[in-house]
Amino acid sequence: MQAFEYANPTSVKEAVGMLGATWADAAVLAGGTDLLSLMKDYVMSPKRVVNIKNIKELQGISPAGGGLKIGAAVTMDELVNYASLRTNYPSLHAAAAGIASPQIRNMGTVGGDICQRPRCWYFRQGHGLLAMQGGKSLVTNGENKYHAIFGEGPGKFVSASSLGPALVALGAKIKIASASGEKEVEASKFFLDPKSDSDREIALAPNEIVTAVILPAARNTRNATYEVRHKDALDWPLATASVALTMDGNKVKSAQVVLGHVATTPWNAAEAGKMLAGKSIDADVAAKAADAALASAKPLSQNIYKVHLAKVAVKRALLAAAGIKA
Amino acid sequence: MPEYKWPPMEKRRVVGKRISRLDGIAKSSGKAKYPSDLNRPGTLFGVILTSPHAHAKVKSIDLAAAKAMKGVADIRVVAPAGTEIQWAGAEIAYIAAETEPIARDAMRAIKVDYEVMPHLVREDDLAKAGPRAKAAGEQVTGDPDKAFREADVTVEGSYGIPVLTHCCLEGHGQVVEWKGDKIEYFPSTQNVSGIGGDLARSLSVPVNSVNVKMDYMGGGFGAKFPSDIWGRESALMSKTAGGKPVKLFLDRAQELTIAGVRPSAYAKVKVSAKKDGTITGWQSDSWATGGVGGGGMAPIPYVFTSIPNKRMNHTAVSTNTGGARAWRAPNHPQASFITCAALEDLAAKLKMDPTELFDKNLGYTARADVYRKQIAKAKEMIEWSQHWHQRGEKHKISLVAGSSHLRRGLGMGIATWGGAGHASECRVNVHPDGVVEIEIGSQDIGTGTRTAIAMVVAEMLGLSHTEVKVKLGENIYPPSGASGGSTTIGGVSSSSLKAAANALEKLMEAVAGSLGTTADQLEAVDSTIRVKGNPSKQISWKAACQKLGVKSISETGKNDPKNPGGLNTQGVGGIQMADVTVDIETGVVKVNKIIAVQDCGLVVNPKTAESQVYGAMIMSVCGALMEERIMDEMTGRVMNADMEFYKLAGISDIGEMQVHMDISPEHDKRGVIGLGEPCAIGGVAAIANAVANAIGVRVPTLPVTPDKVLAALYGDKLGRQSLA
Repeated sequence: MQAFEYANPTSVKEAVGMLGATWADAAVLAGGTDLLSLMKDYVMSPKRVVNIKNIKELQGISPAGGGLKIGAAVTMDELVNYASLRTNYPSLHAAAAGIASPQIRNMGTVGGDICQRPRCWYFRQGHGLLAMQGGKSLVTNGENKYHAIFGEGPGKFVSASSLGPALVALGAKIKIASASGEKEVEASKFFLDPKSDSDREIALAPNEIVTAVILPAARNTRNATYEVRHKDALDWPLATASVALTMDGNKVKSAQVVLGHVATTPWNAAEAGKMLAGKSIDADVAAKAADAALASAKPLSQNIYKVHLAKVAVKRALLAAAGIKA
Repeated sequence: MPEYKWPPMEKRRVVGKRISRLDGIAKSSGKAKYPSDLNRPGTLFGVILTSPHAHAKVKSIDLAAAKAMKGVADIRVVAPAGTEIQWAGAEIAYIAAETEPIARDAMRAIKVDYEVMPHLVREDDLAKAGPRAKAAGEQVTGDPDKAFREADVTVEGSYGIPVLTHCCLEGHGQVVEWKGDKIEYFPSTQNVSGIGGDLARSLSVPVNSVNVKMDYMGGGFGAKFPSDIWGRESALMSKTAGGKPVKLFLDRAQELTIAGVRPSAYAKVKVSAKKDGTITGWQSDSWATGGVGGGGMAPIPYVFTSIPNKRMNHTAVSTNTGGARAWRAPNHPQASFITCAALEDLAAKLKMDPTELFDKNLGYTARADVYRKQIAKAKEMIEWSQHWHQRGEKHKISLVAGSSHLRRGLGMGIATWGGAGHASECRVNVHPDGVVEIEIGSQDIGTGTRTAIAMVVAEMLGLSHTEVKVKLGENIYPPSGASGGSTTIGGVSSSSLKAAANALEKLMEAVAGSLGTTADQLEAVDSTIRVKGNPSKQISWKAACQKLGVKSISETGKNDPKNPGGLNTQGVGGIQMADVTVDIETGVVKVNKIIAVQDCGLVVNPKTAESQVYGAMIMSVCGALMEERIMDEMTGRVMNADMEFYKLAGISDIGEMQVHMDISPEHDKRGVIGLGEPCAIGGVAAIANAVANAIGVRVPTLPVTPDKVLAALYGDKLGRQSLA
């Protein structure tokens, strides 16, 4: 990796003052599970690395407005072990608990999970975020078995965030700080589909940091995440679905169905949500919602199977949310 | 001269006991230092600049900027202008610098201009290989056409295993220090006695100028025999730097790209049989790659070599990829999978239990009786008769209780291997203070060799295995063969047995007088030397050694592979069976259980032997379900030269494993036989066949990943068939 300056601020104010106007100026270091490998591979070569692990304001989980405020520097392990998470937000619990391995859950943070870079092998080998070569997509014409099945944009990588789908489905907000103050962004608007290699896949400027994730109250909602994994140990899911259902008795009042590892962002399957409104969930309804969720998928040459896996994930997440054994 | 033989089974007190490895604590606590852990004073850090292109000509190299960097000790170009590069990752230049950051910065400052040439990096579709595919000739036995014409049933199938990499946890490399006329060499190697000479030859220096030392190593699997270009270049950079040590280990991506691979194996197979399952004919059209040199034919039909009518055609495909090296049981796992898959498919077509079909045809193998017993034992262990079902009956029988989308299946795989001991020499020193030192130029590549040698010598001297000290890993000790091909245990156990017997005879000669008898009337038992049949006349080991005065005993023993004298031998069979559950909606396969029934002659240490089989079974899970080197035709590069997408099993992926070693007087009397390879062969076929049994269709190529399972079940289009 390239030599860098190391900064160790103890407040958010101090930290954002150390960031720069461009991504090349500074990078934020939390767990480091992604940043270090990006730097070793020269995919990112920041002049300054700003460690935020010693900032108290970014730590801890606390009740807030009926929901939860989760500090950006909270580790996955802390999140998984927070008492009410499994009860009220099983979808987020499953997403966090599913992150392999224990070492990564011990080091990796909530902020780091939503800010991590894609795992696309072309990107990691230095071909840029969109992996274009001579105006042609390397992904479309190359090895794309783990790539996107949705999206009209030039990017074919998949969002690597494990928490993203659950956060979007739950209607979470992302708190962001910069020198000019704090703001909140809807999780659904935090993840972006980049249009050029110089764009980022998240709505964060080089001089901003994520400070917290705000979960709304979980009243009257049922939520679940299902991840399809090739193997259990140290692997990324092939496809995931996270659902959040607002219930009216046994009937779905409104539904959020969000897919993971299928697009450059967590993918909001609005058609499935619409279809579920007013229905009680059973295996047949879940299967139809799954078909609706994937109806507009456009798989690449090697990943039609992901369409199928995502359907299974939707079906199983819905049945789990409804408390029906798959 | 003493008689060299293994003590009778019932009289052994150390050999045959379940003894934990002597270096277990050192390894698990981090106390054990591997070559890549060494940081000698003044060490320079070495790195390699490699080609990003799979096929290219080097037009020019500009070292000026790199050479001007402070802290750069040496840069050596190994692919000068004009060199034709044949794979991405091929070495261009070696750099040594005072620190790793400087070395890497210098590497990136070297400017190489390439003329990029067309490449071929994939061989799975033979039709696309064009002129890079070279037919290797036809082998015909009997009259295969007649056999197929007259057959009651014929089955055809396509099968394939992709290229795998060795994926050693400790990468290839070394620390090397060339000072004056001596080279201190600390490689990670499977070849302690031979690698010094290999390095010396590459440097044109006398063989005895290289001192090799290696206490521990982190995995080789067949890829760590030679000193390699990185050994030579590191030594030369050390020399240039006035003898400063140079430490160079391949990084992860290099380790998975250029340090050797296992060749692929693809085949279209046709098998004919009578109604009763007797195989009458075999035809295979196979192809493989192991890099630019192409790839040889896996030995198919495997084990069932005496099928009377056969036709085999093979095509070697030259690809612009890193070259092949031996990989634990070279070509056998591939051959076992192709053969066992074809036979399992034949059994399914005949509606026969595959274990019966295998049994029916054991006459075509070299070890029918061994396999017959092993199949019976394996079936009992995996509860075959309770859980096996006909392939077509998947929806009825293999349903896992309470679930609509899980299917269970069983499968088997077969293995054979030689495993005779390599040439080995061992020295046993018995000192007047009672200390016993064993010196042997062998290596413990993680299999428990150190422990086994201690056990053999302790057995022969009547001591406990903790009362002897094993010194290995240096080429100043008597030469012992490289650890490859399951040759080590036979070699080192025989040489150390002989050396110990020779030393004991000398000690008995020294003490016989004081016990009022002759040496041939003495025996060594429980840390004493005593008169046979009269245990009251004894002297402690320590007191016996004191009688040596000031002169130690130093005796050697040799294993001559041409005349092992019954101490070691070769030729084993093995059967593995697997029990899997497949989620037919996601295509995800879970291994419930794998069992191994393994024949390996006299077992020196059942605990480490079983451990070796467990390791092989884990490798089989990886190979059957996860591992593949993924080449990209667009960039010509390995896409998964990492531990993220080069998938290996973790603990939660393995399932239950059970090992049954054939330990009995009948096996024991054959002597010691190597174990490393035979147990690493049949598991892949067993798992793949279990999947076919579970889901009712064959997933033709490995690894059996979810996408392939779904394609096999529902077609490439993954249509909207009902999944229930």
